[in-house]
Amino acid sequence: MSEKKNQAKMVQEISGANPYKCMKCGKCSATCPSYDEMDIKPHQFVSYVQRGDIEALAQSKSLWKCLSCFACVERCPRDVEPGRIIDAARQIVVRQRGGNYLKAEEIPPLVDEDLPQQLLVSAYRRYKR
Amino acid sequence: MSVNEEFRPKIVAFCCNWCSYAGADLAGSSRLAYPADVKIIRVPCSCRVNPMFILRAFEKGADGVILCGCHPGDCHYSTGNYYTRRRMTMLFSMLDFIGVENGRTRVEWVSAAEGVKFSTTMNDFVAKIRSLGKNVRLGDLRCKD
Amino acid sequence: MQRIGVFVCHCGSNIAATVDVKKVVEMARMEPGVVFADDYQYMCSEAGQAKIGAAIKEHNLTGIVVCSCSPRMHETTFRSCAKRYGLNPYMVEIANIREHCSWIHKDMQEATEKAVILARAAIAKVNLNAPLQAGESRVTKRALVIGGGIAGIQTALDIADAGYEVDIVEKTPSIGGRMSQLDKTFPTLDCSACILTPKMVDAAGHEKIKIYTYSEVEKVSGFVGDFTVDIRKKARSVDATKCTGCGVCQEKCPSKKTPSEFNRGLGNRSAIYTPFAQAIPNVPVIDREACIKFKTGKCGVCEKVCQAGAIDYAQQDEIITEKYGAIVVATGFDTIKLDKYDEYAYNQSKDVITSLELERVMNAAGPTKGHLERLSDGKAPKEIVFIQCVGSRCADARGKGYCSKICCMYTAKHAMLIRDKYPDVNVTVFYIDVRTPGKNFDEFYRRAVEEYGVNYIKGQVGKVAPQPDGSLLVQAADLLDNRQIKMKADMVVLATAIEPDPSVRGIATMLTASIDTNNFLTEAHPKLRPVESPTAGVFLSGVCQGPKDIPETVAQAGAAAVKVIGLLAKDKLTTNPCTAKPDELLCNGCGNCAKVCPYGAITYEVRQINDHGIREERRLATVNNALCQGCGACTVTCPSGAMDLQGFSNRQLIAEVDAICR
Repeated sequence: MSEKKNQAKMVQEISGANPYKCMKCGKCSATCPSYDEMDIKPHQFVSYVQRGDIEALAQSKSLWKCLSCFACVERCPRDVEPGRIIDAARQIVVRQRGGNYLKAEEIPPLVDEDLPQQLLVSAYRRYKR
Repeated sequence: MSVNEEFRPKIVAFCCNWCSYAGADLAGSSRLAYPADVKIIRVPCSCRVNPMFILRAFEKGADGVILCGCHPGDCHYSTGNYYTRRRMTMLFSMLDFIGVENGRTRVEWVSAAEGVKFSTTMNDFVAKIRSLGKNVRLGDLRCKD
Repeated sequence: MQRIGVFVCHCGSNIAATVDVKKVVEMARMEPGVVFADDYQYMCSEAGQAKIGAAIKEHNLTGIVVCSCSPRMHETTFRSCAKRYGLNPYMVEIANIREHCSWIHKDMQEATEKAVILARAAIAKVNLNAPLQAGESRVTKRALVIGGGIAGIQTALDIADAGYEVDIVEKTPSIGGRMSQLDKTFPTLDCSACILTPKMVDAAGHEKIKIYTYSEVEKVSGFVGDFTVDIRKKARSVDATKCTGCGVCQEKCPSKKTPSEFNRGLGNRSAIYTPFAQAIPNVPVIDREACIKFKTGKCGVCEKVCQAGAIDYAQQDEIITEKYGAIVVATGFDTIKLDKYDEYAYNQSKDVITSLELERVMNAAGPTKGHLERLSDGKAPKEIVFIQCVGSRCADARGKGYCSKICCMYTAKHAMLIRDKYPDVNVTVFYIDVRTPGKNFDEFYRRAVEEYGVNYIKGQVGKVAPQPDGSLLVQAADLLDNRQIKMKADMVVLATAIEPDPSVRGIATMLTASIDTNNFLTEAHPKLRPVESPTAGVFLSGVCQGPKDIPETVAQAGAAAVKVIGLLAKDKLTTNPCTAKPDELLCNGCGNCAKVCPYGAITYEVRQINDHGIREERRLATVNNALCQGCGACTVTCPSGAMDLQGFSNRQLIAEVDAICR
């Protein structure tokens, strides 16, 4: 399996979302609070996963502009949930950078201003249970 | 491992004519694959399946028997599947007692619209039987003079 | 010993591509009883059937196995083929090697092996088949139509015009259904009432049609040609034979605060009411929950003002029992509840309404007398937003998975009518896809855009937020222009998904007609028998079968009527001969079988029998072949094994089990 497909598959596995269920209704983009700052809009995330172009998603500004507010996850009528997709792409990027295997108590001293806030929020959401 | 891979179980599936048999047809027309080990016998209603048939199957070397009917409340004959449910609950626990594990017998409700459910059910059931391995044949259960 | 012929069908490449048909033929030849086996391209074709016929004659066949598609598809075909060539039709068995084999397996060897086993099982069964004779049952030449909307009315009219008696049962106080609530109809924009009311009048005046309004089907027994139905005629509290329909009672009734069902709760009605002015029959009913007389005992205004003396507080529900040969279900639809769609603020703002509510607002007889106004403050809206697919095409549990089909067209209609009547009002439609297949449908939608300047934007609305100034903030994305939109609207109209009327579940259960996961009634065949239910004698008309618009409903109503007429035109019906049959030497008259029979087909009688030379009187089970539907519940219940099912006998099924496990 090519690296491209592999990454797309990984996004699907991490997010649990099936991009093929998307009917391109755009409800996710409708109320996204970061819409104007994103270069790839939420409703386009799924197309990138379908095409296997995770690289572009990983390079995009959107990756770091998503607030993980999960409004799109809440409202998606097709259970595709773009919020989870972008979250998964972010995971992949962070994993590639490595060194993210921390214990909870090791985090606070490491947190500095340069660390993207949304990554933390997103991580806390993901690991809260 | 290799033994299990070569193991092709014999599985008898009784399907009621109105829901499950049609569900199996739908699985077919939707090209939803399930292992060829499953052989379907058409019965008018799941309540037509006499426990005797299931005993017979295990006696003749079946490795698993699955019974499919309409969902409770949807029986074409209004109440047939309720009888099935009670009869089979009883039969399966007795079979378990004599050594035919519960995993080898199953009742599943599949409607005519549930081609997907039919195929996933069969895939799942066959996988279960494969993991259980070959069944021990039941002896002839009839009274002998 | 049987002389069996085995016929293996290629079904073009459908079977032959995955199953080695020659091998199946070869293996079948070795089975006991088989004297002939052959394969052919298309067994169901005329040539294929002729081949079967020739083999029957040439080899004196007593039984036939056709290895082909599902018996649900062509069992009848091959049975009548056998009959044509002088063989009892019940000596035919089908081995389903298409749906259950070739279509689901890829490996040729595996599929062939399975096909051989399936053929073997069918051969083993035929070896034990016995010729069966179909019986006859009578046909009651009267039809029942459940539901008095346009579907029910049209079906009833068509059946009645053919000369058969029809009864319509409608649960509300008037016939007319959803269509009577509509203002205009697409794509012609003619007024709904103007085309519906004459049909209602025709139905009411037709000598062959009897209408039971404010009535519900309570019990159904029997079978095709001979149903017995109990109809509960709810107490109207008004004597229909005396009432003149003057309407004074409704005017004078002091209890006027009940939300009007007809106006979708947007206006109120009195406790004694007819749903709308053109109601048929024009006889009011008293809503006992709302009536002061019924609640407190004091009032009686309607009785005082009624000059005809038609008010009857003591009236009771009445059960009418009637016999029917056929039943048509035409129960229609309702819009889904929007409780779970908080983002559209339907429950928070009066200015967010469903399209059906807009129909009432636009209607001259509606709560606003046809003036387009905000329901919160009565102001004229300047900016109206339509949201499509609310609850339709949803994969989640909140909505419905299907497309409601009619919304694209009625939204175009609403948008057009508003722009026509109020040119200063801006209309924006947020859509996912515009689906307008149908005669003059797409042209209609284009007209809304091109001639009436309706603004169509691709992108689902994400949120509607009521603002302190009373307006509604609509947030959406324009997917084609890649921009996010935040706009203020004065009114938001939701194209709400439609679902089968909730009453259909109970009715389907009574009729033992099957329904799908969305509560739509299933057809006997989705393409070839679209207006028949799988339950014989039950037919489908209108949205109870699936979303459809008025012309389609009328067409389906006509089709259902034709099927009913075809049934009622027969004097006798042949019955399924695969019925239960007790062995009188084994039966001990215990009574268990009668207890489990859902049709009451089993009775007991004392008969003289000859048991191996001993003559004695015994209490024995007897099956009424006209009532028995052949489910087989009794066969398993019978403790002595006396009861067997013809066509699916114990020995036949065991032979199949043996053949599969061999």
